[in-house]
Amino acid sequence: MAASRDFVSRKLHSLLGVIPLGLYVTQHLTVNYFATRGPEAFNDAAHFMESLPYRYLLEIFVIFLPLLFHAIYGVYIAFQSKNNVSRYGYLRNWMFYLQRISGVIVLIFVTWHVWQTRLQAAMGAEVNFQMMADILSNPAMMIFYIVGVLGTVFHFANGLWSFFVSWGFTVTPKSQRAMTYVTMIIFVALSVVGMRALFAFV
Amino acid sequence: MMSEKKTVTLKIKRQDGPESAPYEETFTIPYRQNMNVISALMEIRRNPVNAKGEKTTPVIWEMGCLEEVCGACSMVINGKPRQSCTALLDQLEQPISLAPMTTFPVVRDLAVDRSRMFDALKKVKAWIPIDGTYDLGPGPRMPENKRQWAYELSKCMTCGVCLESCPNVNSRSEFIGPAAVSQVRLFNAHPTGAMNKEERLEGLMGDGGLANCGNSQNCVQSCPKGIPLTTSIAAMNRATSLQTFKNFFGSDH
Repeated sequence: MAASRDFVSRKLHSLLGVIPLGLYVTQHLTVNYFATRGPEAFNDAAHFMESLPYRYLLEIFVIFLPLLFHAIYGVYIAFQSKNNVSRYGYLRNWMFYLQRISGVIVLIFVTWHVWQTRLQAAMGAEVNFQMMADILSNPAMMIFYIVGVLGTVFHFANGLWSFFVSWGFTVTPKSQRAMTYVTMIIFVALSVVGMRALFAFV
Repeated sequence: MMSEKKTVTLKIKRQDGPESAPYEETFTIPYRQNMNVISALMEIRRNPVNAKGEKTTPVIWEMGCLEEVCGACSMVINGKPRQSCTALLDQLEQPISLAPMTTFPVVRDLAVDRSRMFDALKKVKAWIPIDGTYDLGPGPRMPENKRQWAYELSKCMTCGVCLESCPNVNSRSEFIGPAAVSQVRLFNAHPTGAMNKEERLEGLMGDGGLANCGNSQNCVQSCPKGIPLTTSIAAMNRATSLQTFKNFFGSDH
């Protein structure tokens, strides 16, 4: 018997959030981190990514298609839930709620970010240190990017915790608790990477 | 200790029928020692007069065993879903608020229709089929240590509290809820039940199935029987993940 659409969609949503999207976010933040070594290092790293072979295939299959599915199905999931943290204020219920809030934040942020960088590049602009420095010189944009990056990193780290449960890796409460710590360390670590990169542009 | 308290005040969310609008009615009843919410409701039934002194209809609720085994008398008491039989008035802050569980359609007052839970049990085939045309003889034996943990899962009384606390069980979703998922784990752990474990896993992988869990883990915090519901969910996640691979790539067992 074939698995139902619900099952396949949910599992695919969970998988794509980590592979490839989570890995891509980590890689993206790592490239950004070159900004802490100065404009030249950042430009070299960005240029290396731009000049990868079969770049469009990579972008379509590693980034845009998984992102599109994860985002659209994710919004459907988020609006299906009836949040109840006021009545059940447990840690995991808060994480469940924050996962949905951060998901919506990430969707807004990424849509804007893709427009501001990738689509501008497609229309002839050059993506480099100067471009980001110009964007982030606006304090409102800086705040928007800080919220966006923190939201993205949280959504990934906490989503990773859910991934381990949803695929049946962490079954015991003990292993799930351990993963809470591991994923929160990932959240903090990637946040430091993201924030240091952002502040390197200003 | 509490004998100086002369009366008990209850604020009850009432509803005359499935389609009617809910309203609140307050009752003040004489206090007796060791009362529980059910004995308070019985007192209202005996003398259906509200706090304003007006005669009203008795409040309707469901009950069965009166010892937290049947699961019929669940309601939201002071904001938390639980069984009214084990809700002792001495341990509740007054005025005590009573409301029907919100996840289920209200039949009348505090009585709700938990059909979606029983439909879920049918969907995942939460039973062991042993009836046949002849005596099959004794089944395989179950190791004692396994029986002991399986017994914990068998304490589920389909009371609805886990579904009430779950943010993913609502009118917008078909999610079967934590109780049925845990029952699959119970019956699949049974040596005879294991003979049909794929059928139950297929049920879990159906629409509205296990994958709809969002891991808020409210269920395990709310279960009055302390059933390790989130462990069951994760265990069934693993079983259905493996089943998916077996179904797709093939396996002889």
